[in-house]
Amino acid sequence: MELNGSQIMIEELKAAGIEMAFGIPGGAIMPFYDELLKADFPHILTRHEQGAAHMADGYARVSGKVAIVVTTSGPGATNLITGLANAQMDSVPLVAITGQVATNMIGTDAFQEADVYGCSIPVTKFNWLIKDVNEIQHVTREAIRVATTGRPGPVLIDFPKDIQITNTVYTPRESAESPLPAPREYPELDTEGIDKLLAAIERAERPVIIGGAGIIKSGASAELAKFAKAAGIPVINTLLGLGGFPGTNELFLGMPGMHGTAYANFALCECDLLINLGARFDDRVTGKVSSFCPKATIAHVDIDDAEIDKRVHTHIPILGNVRDVLSALNEHLRPGDYDEWRQTWTDWKENYPLQYDWDGSIKPQYVIDQIQEITEGNGIYVTGVGQHQMWAAQFIRFNEPKTWVTSGGLGTMGFGLPAAIGAKFARPEKDVWLIDGDGSFAMTLVELATAATYNVPVKVAILNNAYLGMVRQWQELFFEKRYSHSHYPENPDFGTIAEGYGVKGINVTDVNEVRNSLETAAEHDGPVVLNFLVNKEENVWPMVPAGAGNDEMQLAPPSREAKS
Amino acid sequence: MRQVYSILVNNHAGVLSHVAGLFTRRGYNIESIAAGPTEDTTITRIVIVAIGEENELDQIAKQLRKLYDVREVEQISYNQAVTRELVLATIKAPITKRSEIIQLANAFGAQVINMTDDTVTLEASGNDHKVRTLLKAFEGYGISQMARTGMISLPYDGMPEDWEPIA
Repeated sequence: MELNGSQIMIEELKAAGIEMAFGIPGGAIMPFYDELLKADFPHILTRHEQGAAHMADGYARVSGKVAIVVTTSGPGATNLITGLANAQMDSVPLVAITGQVATNMIGTDAFQEADVYGCSIPVTKFNWLIKDVNEIQHVTREAIRVATTGRPGPVLIDFPKDIQITNTVYTPRESAESPLPAPREYPELDTEGIDKLLAAIERAERPVIIGGAGIIKSGASAELAKFAKAAGIPVINTLLGLGGFPGTNELFLGMPGMHGTAYANFALCECDLLINLGARFDDRVTGKVSSFCPKATIAHVDIDDAEIDKRVHTHIPILGNVRDVLSALNEHLRPGDYDEWRQTWTDWKENYPLQYDWDGSIKPQYVIDQIQEITEGNGIYVTGVGQHQMWAAQFIRFNEPKTWVTSGGLGTMGFGLPAAIGAKFARPEKDVWLIDGDGSFAMTLVELATAATYNVPVKVAILNNAYLGMVRQWQELFFEKRYSHSHYPENPDFGTIAEGYGVKGINVTDVNEVRNSLETAAEHDGPVVLNFLVNKEENVWPMVPAGAGNDEMQLAPPSREAKS
Repeated sequence: MRQVYSILVNNHAGVLSHVAGLFTRRGYNIESIAAGPTEDTTITRIVIVAIGEENELDQIAKQLRKLYDVREVEQISYNQAVTRELVLATIKAPITKRSEIIQLANAFGAQVINMTDDTVTLEASGNDHKVRTLLKAFEGYGISQMARTGMISLPYDGMPEDWEPIA
């Protein structure tokens, strides 16, 4: 069978089970787009390439499946860079296909030419520049395999225009072959490490589990619940691990680190055994490394060898898939006696709960609390980056994995709206709530047009304080209240903007209208933007100052601490 | 600490960018890098000498192994492998010093490959120690130009499995 390059790539994408594409066409990718009309998976036309990448990212985090992102050459492709870097930092699979100028024009500074292969090396797991039509079959298969196996991540295929239209003989893959190159490539089970950990668990008096994104990505939530409950060991979830353990379970200690719960940070400081399951010891989690878990034997289970011993010295390293390791642990578990420890952390939970003051203004935490109440933790929750993100992480109590979509490692403001749209495409039956800040939302709000065009009923709650709130908080605490360029006094009217895009928009200024407006939004058949004018100077507590140890956590504003 | 990495990579366009980019991105220090074909035309050997703390040197190997086109990474200690570097150096050699310089070159087994009225260009190869010693020996005369290949390396064949290098 003779096909052109575009047709071959689409055949391969179909054979691999790709179900979703996001992107924007342009000159150097038009032949591919022409063939995309015949593909059997939908393509969502976005308003900005960064939006396309975040949509594919949100889609992947919720569905566990990989989507493709298609852009043209030059600016179309460079607009993807933030989206790729975001996916790379959080180990999210996506396959970017970028048009490139014809091979005989590469290197001549042709119109809309950029060295996208070179630009994308540091922000992808791997990338390819196709130079021969006969490479397409192999490269497309490899791209999907690399993106989805081991520690997942984004990949990019740079696809010159002349190769998109070059014909060659194509032999489809054997039909018996599985659509995706499943089973994932995992290292062999490290039984020696597992035995060591089992012995440490039996010996320990104050063990604590920290569950990261590895729990979610490997599908280990059920195994984690079984393990923690059988052993009676409390569980901390990192920002990207939230949802990996039920937020309402008594063993749950919340999030650790910079804006973690007091009891999670106390537990880290006091534990004698830390069992890290698929978290990478991010600096926001550890604080100053020298005072991180000072009394603990540290066990670290990770799929990526390079994460072990990268920042924190590990006593029991276990290279492997978290789910497989947990299954093995569950089989041979011999828990010790942790009664005294249980009393300690239960008291902490009681005495140092997450809290906020009530002063008649709309407190951002209250809005999140109300979203939690009306969804009962059964929605999908998406955020931008900043204060609102931390409050959402603190106050939402997740019932299941893959219901929390947030930009962790890269901290990409503007991630929220497109990611929420992608999440809704992945799980249309779920209520998708975007909790966003005004700063974050404004960065990609153009994708309201996409939500309106495809009638994607995401519910947006902007916690609008007219500040880059986290910047303002740091300026208040560490820069003697010099609010340098963190204020947006002339913020646009987001409710009216939403209406302009054909999306229902509601401005909420009265705390008594919060619940009502949320219910209206939940019941509305279509996308909604709720613009909550919240208390402008609310800060996120507790807080571990940057560079300080978790033992230097401040529980509350200095004024409140002084009073109590 | 210095560490020699012998890295076998697929002979693909862009592979050197990926390897070099890793060092830039993660802030690792390269002292030298040399790349060339091997007995297998599909495979290139890259030899990198890097400087860092012990923990960082292990990280470098782990990060290198994650690269798609990297097939094998060996961290080489000097007595486990033969290491060589080629140096070309032009030495200031006025007529009065010339025979002395040539004599010194002979002592190092260096070849004279060019000579002018006031310079001598030498070609020398050797391990890290020899190259350093040689350059130090000629420093006093003045080295007006120099080019070095960077270290290349091959593990010794027939090394017993339980053989432990002397630290």
